[in-house]
Parts: sequence; C-alpha cells; structure tokens
Amino acid sequence: MGLADSGMLQKPVAKPLTWLLNYSRKYSLWMFQWGLACCAIEMGAALASPRYDMMRIGVIPFPASPRQADLIVISGTVTDKMAPAIRRLYEQMPDPKYVISMGSCANCGGPYWDSYSVTKGIDQILPVDVYVPGCPPRPEALIQAVVMLQEQIQNEGIGNDDMRKRWNGEPINVV
Amino acid sequence: MSTTEQPSVPTNSGPDFNPGPDFKDIPAFEVDPGLQRHLADARVNVELDTGDMIINLGPQHPATHGTLRLVVRLDGERVIAADPVIGYMHRGYEKLTEFRTYPQVTTLINRIDWLSSFANEVPFVHAAEQLMEIEAPPRAQYIRTALTELSRIATFLLFLGEMGLQVGALTPAFYGFRDREHVLNLIESATGGRFHPNFNRIGGLKDDLPWGWIAETRNVMKIVLDACDVFEDLVLGNEIFQARTRSVGIIPGELGASYGVSGSNLRASGVDWDLRRDGAPYLAYPELDFEVFTHPDGDSFARYWVRLQETRESARMVLQLLDKMPAGPIMAKVARIIKVPAGEAWVETENPLGQMGYYVVSKGGTGPFRVKIRSASFSNVSILPWMLRGVYVPDVVTILASLYFILGDIDR
Repeated sequence: MGLADSGMLQKPVAKPLTWLLNYSRKYSLWMFQWGLACCAIEMGAALASPRYDMMRIGVIPFPASPRQADLIVISGTVTDKMAPAIRRLYEQMPDPKYVISMGSCANCGGPYWDSYSVTKGIDQILPVDVYVPGCPPRPEALIQAVVMLQEQIQNEGIGNDDMRKRWNGEPINVV
Repeated sequence: MSTTEQPSVPTNSGPDFNPGPDFKDIPAFEVDPGLQRHLADARVNVELDTGDMIINLGPQHPATHGTLRLVVRLDGERVIAADPVIGYMHRGYEKLTEFRTYPQVTTLINRIDWLSSFANEVPFVHAAEQLMEIEAPPRAQYIRTALTELSRIATFLLFLGEMGLQVGALTPAFYGFRDREHVLNLIESATGGRFHPNFNRIGGLKDDLPWGWIAETRNVMKIVLDACDVFEDLVLGNEIFQARTRSVGIIPGELGASYGVSGSNLRASGVDWDLRRDGAPYLAYPELDFEVFTHPDGDSFARYWVRLQETRESARMVLQLLDKMPAGPIMAKVARIIKVPAGEAWVETENPLGQMGYYVVSKGGTGPFRVKIRSASFSNVSILPWMLRGVYVPDVVTILASLYFILGDIDR
C-alpha cells in the first residue's frame, strides 16, 4: 500500500479519501478459508450454495495462498496439533488482515471444553475480529459476521491508532 | 507442396535421430531397478537421474476434506509412496465419553461424522437400549430410519457435487449444494438442527414429526430423484469425468475387505455386503424392500456410480417408509435419570461412509465406562498408501475425493 511507509497515516487524512479507501477494501475481501470441521461444510454452503452465495456481498473465497488473503475464517475445531500451522499461515497474510472465528469450537472449545487435545479458543493464538456463535452456525450467521466486519472496516479511520497498528501488523485491542 | 519438397528440418526424434558423437561418450549410469518401471512407462529414452521429491499435501487443503496430511514422495509426476498423517482433528472422543452421561454422549457423537450426524446417533442409542433391555416403539423406529436415510441422501448429494469439483467441474458442486439444502430443511423442520439434530433419546425420539412433514418429504424426494438423473447425465456421462476416473484408484475386493474398507467403497469393488441387509436387523430395514448396488470395477468411477445409485435407492426407501409409517407413541417408558445396567454391547450399522460401530461398556452408572468407536473412514483411508503407489499427482486428488472420508470420522 505504501501509505504506512510514506508516513501519510500520521497526518489527518481527508474524509472522502478515507471513505473511498475503506469502501474499496470492504467489498473486496479475499477470504482464506480454513475449513477444519463441521463448520467448514456450513462455510462451504455459504460460499458455494446458490441459496446463500456469499460472493454477492464482496467476499472472494478462492485465494490460492494466504499471501493473497485479507480475511481468514477459522471454521471448526482447532486442535493443539493444528494450532502452529494456523499461526504460521496467519503470519504469512499481508496486513491489514482480519480474522473471523466461526463456531463454538473456534470461539472457546465448544463441546470439547474438557478435551485434552483441543485448543480452547482460537483467540489464544490469533487476534479475532468477529466471533460467530453456534454449533455449527448457520450460513446466514457467517454472512452476518462478514457484514459486521465490513461495517467495522468502513468505520476505521485512516489516521487513528488502531488503523496504523493494523497497517503495521502490530497487535491491536479487539473491543 | 508435394511430398518430395519437404524441408529438411532437423528433428530430435524418430528413427533417423542422430544425437551426435558426443552423446555416446557419456557413460551410462546405473539405474535403480525400481525406477526402471517408471522410466519405461514414461517412455524416457535417456536415463536422467531425477531425484525423488517429497511434498506435503495438507494439512490444510481443500481436496483433503479437512485436515488430512499426506506426505507424498514423487518421482516427477508419479507418486512413489504416500503416507497419511492423521491426528489433526483428534478431539479425544473415547476419553470424553467417560465423563459424560448417556444423553450427553449423544450430543458429542453427532460430531464424529458431521455430514451424517443422525446416522451416528443410532448405533450408540441402540447399544444403550440393548443394555437397558428396552426397545423404541415402531413409529420411533420408522422416523429414525427415515431420518437416517435423509442424512445419507444429504451426505451423498454433497459427494456427487464435490467429486465433480475435484475433477475440475465447478457446476456439479453448485447443484449438489442446492439440492442438499432441501434435504437439510427437512431434517431441520423435524429435529430443529440442520447439522447436528441430537434428536435420538434412549428409548425413542425427542418429538413427533411436525404437521405437513410427510407431504413435504414426498415433494423433496421427487427433487432428489430428479437431481440423481441430472448427476447421471451431467457427470457420469461426461467424457472428461470418465477419463479422470475410469481405472484410476482400483481397490480389489478381497484386498479392500482385508484392509477393513467398508460401505460404498467396498461395494464399488464388487463385494455384496450391506449391514442394512446382511447385519443384525436394526431399525425398520427388515421391513423395507431395497436393492444393494455393486460395481465390479472398483475404481473411482465405480465408487461414484454406486453412491449415485444408493442416493436414488435411499430416496425410494424414504418414500416406502412414509407409506408404511405407523401411528403410536414415539417414546418408550424410560426413567427420567437414565442409568444403564452393567454389561457390554456392540452395535454396528451401515452409515453413509461405511460400517460404524460402538462397543459400550457400562458399569451401572449414569455414564458409560468405556466406549470404543469403530468409524468407517479410519479403515477406509488405511488403504491409501497401497492405492496411491504409482498414480499421478492429479489422480491423488480424485482418489481422495472418491474415497469420501470425513476427518472427524478418522481422528475422532
């Protein structure tokens, strides 16, 4: 992008420019789909089924690699064996990047809250932007999560601290 | 231009090819005898020393249906050895069941094979019912059978679409998802859950069917039967699909059986074995009139064909069940707090992916002492190292897709 490198973000940015930049970003989210468990089928239904068809709201679900993705959807049970791989591929994504945690297992462990091999919550290893509850969530819930994320992207100020941290890839406080 | 006036363009092939004097000076190196076969197949005239390449397929790859990791050793485009690495979805089911009560275990085991959740519940609930020496009323048995077959249809419709996706056709996937939604709506209206119904209770079912469900199911079964025709024309009749699947990934029947392969994968190898017909009688299957399909070839095409026919047959079975559906209660008399007497029970059923069994050991408490889960996919993928030896890399994807396993069913 170059905005962060040139120091442009430090200055107050004109509002129309902010709006235009955010508007463009929010409708071209390249989504890296990390299908793990049951939720992956519902995510597939949201993406590939003609009834839900998530591409109509500006989500492009087929990046060839995480290096092309803006958004990662962790859908399903994350085990301790899998967690390092998730972290590693998340680190390969270019900034700014967003994370949706889909389903109870990714949120908090879900029905495997007392299992010895399940990571209780993906937020232990990634900063999560939107949590989708449900076991598994319906495809509508995932679409709602993407819409919420798009609202969040639209309202991000170019000049404020959160935004700068995002461009720089620093961890941010998720409210 | 006449034939005599052809320009003499130098070629590097053909009987007159002369590689030049330097070529003969190169000393011939020794080739591994195991490699000779590949060289002969690829018609490589010059013996090049190509080193093996080891690549990882997975653990995150759309073709692996989740988190299967294959460590593949390649010689050029050909697989020399493939080693499945499993455990990325291991959630510790057999340990977790020791800390749950029987109704809570039902919630858990929905998620073993997440595509056909209802079919997972049935063998476990049967095992508990056997130990308690009760039996669900006939209406509950019929509804269970209908919902099991519906989940089979939903599973196979996804397969019929997904398999097209793996050979490079995007359209069947959309059709599969579209028609599957109708079936999921039926399951949802009856049980309240699209995916994980958790509808079985020990001794019966949670609720009776809603009003209008039977009429709606008849309509949807027509849609499913039409969809099967569409898949038969669109995918099975497709020349590219046949080229990609015919004589690819052959499982010989006896070898498959000795590896523990079950279900449609085994029936596609010509073994006429279906637990709904041949096993201990369960649910309403003895009262149904249905056909078991086998295919002699045992390749990817045969597996697709068998699943297509079974989808059609399941739709016919649901229609039969709706016609024969008895009236009456849906729940046997069961104490409010379920305590299962001490004993052991083994129940196996024919799930969409194959033979699914539970060995339940009870010591008289509210929860099981030990549950051993025999899931179909684990045995089905155990044949992968044998199958993938010598195939080309693109065929790995079609073989994985045609075996049709669920990672939760492998790792548990």
